[in-house]
Amino acid sequence: MALDQLDMTFAALADPTRRAILARLANGEASVLELAEPFAMSQPAISKHLKVLERAGLISQGRDAQRRPRRLEAKPLAEATEWLERYRRIWEENFQRLDALLEQLQTAQPKPSEKNRKRTQKKGDHR
Amino acid sequence: MKNPGNLQLTTRGDREIVMTRDFNAPRTLVFDAFTKPELLKQWLLGPPGWTMPVCEIDLRVGGAYRYVWRQNSDGQEMGMGGVFREIAAPERVVTTEKFDEAWYPGEAVGTLVLVEHSGITTITQTLLYQSREARDAVLKSGMEKGVAASYDRLGDVLASQPETKQKGASQP
Repeated sequence: MALDQLDMTFAALADPTRRAILARLANGEASVLELAEPFAMSQPAISKHLKVLERAGLISQGRDAQRRPRRLEAKPLAEATEWLERYRRIWEENFQRLDALLEQLQTAQPKPSEKNRKRTQKKGDHR
Repeated sequence: MKNPGNLQLTTRGDREIVMTRDFNAPRTLVFDAFTKPELLKQWLLGPPGWTMPVCEIDLRVGGAYRYVWRQNSDGQEMGMGGVFREIAAPERVVTTEKFDEAWYPGEAVGTLVLVEHSGITTITQTLLYQSREARDAVLKSGMEKGVAASYDRLGDVLASQPETKQKGASQP
């Protein structure tokens, strides 16, 4: 089910090494050896991370039997990002209302600072 | 005008959601907007169509707060509350929070930190959940509506993804 998929995606993304691996793969496919290079980690340790990413559907293995390059699978990542974005949008709507309120409050009670005086002239500019 | 906006929202580790945003106002005012009911009621409303008829705040350590939102079109309500754990006006507030009909296990701990620099106040709001599952459930819901509605929407979203594979479920 998609929900399990999403859980696995979030779990996979929770680890900084795995995020770094994904960032590396965003630039193109790479072998396990190449992926292990920038990290002070053994190849088995990297392979473990790769397995988590693979299970989450975030990466897949290429055809080349010798190099077995890993590559990024964009769709699960896009779905996880979509959830975050939805949540972000709701808060951004709240905070835009707060922007307006803060401006209104400062207009109502102007303090003797230049900044405040400037703000009072810019009402209605917010979204 | 400088748009202070640009909300940064990320997950941190397994159990946290972290939000950072700038506001074009002094810290004391932003602190008030987060802790005074008459102000909070004006902006903490969620998606369009919702109001906040109940907003009670007992601003002292150990004091309780309670929020109720209402969707005016269908009368649906959702409530949330908790207690203040730390208050250091105007720079830091720590609260517990739990929705009445929480769709995730356990209560969350919210930490709000306010930093003012050159008249701009940067807030960092951290929500720490009891488990990764709880955190992810909140992210997935988008906190848009109450539990039932959240699941309805979730159903819609899942149904609208044609490539979704139904593992172990019989398909029509």
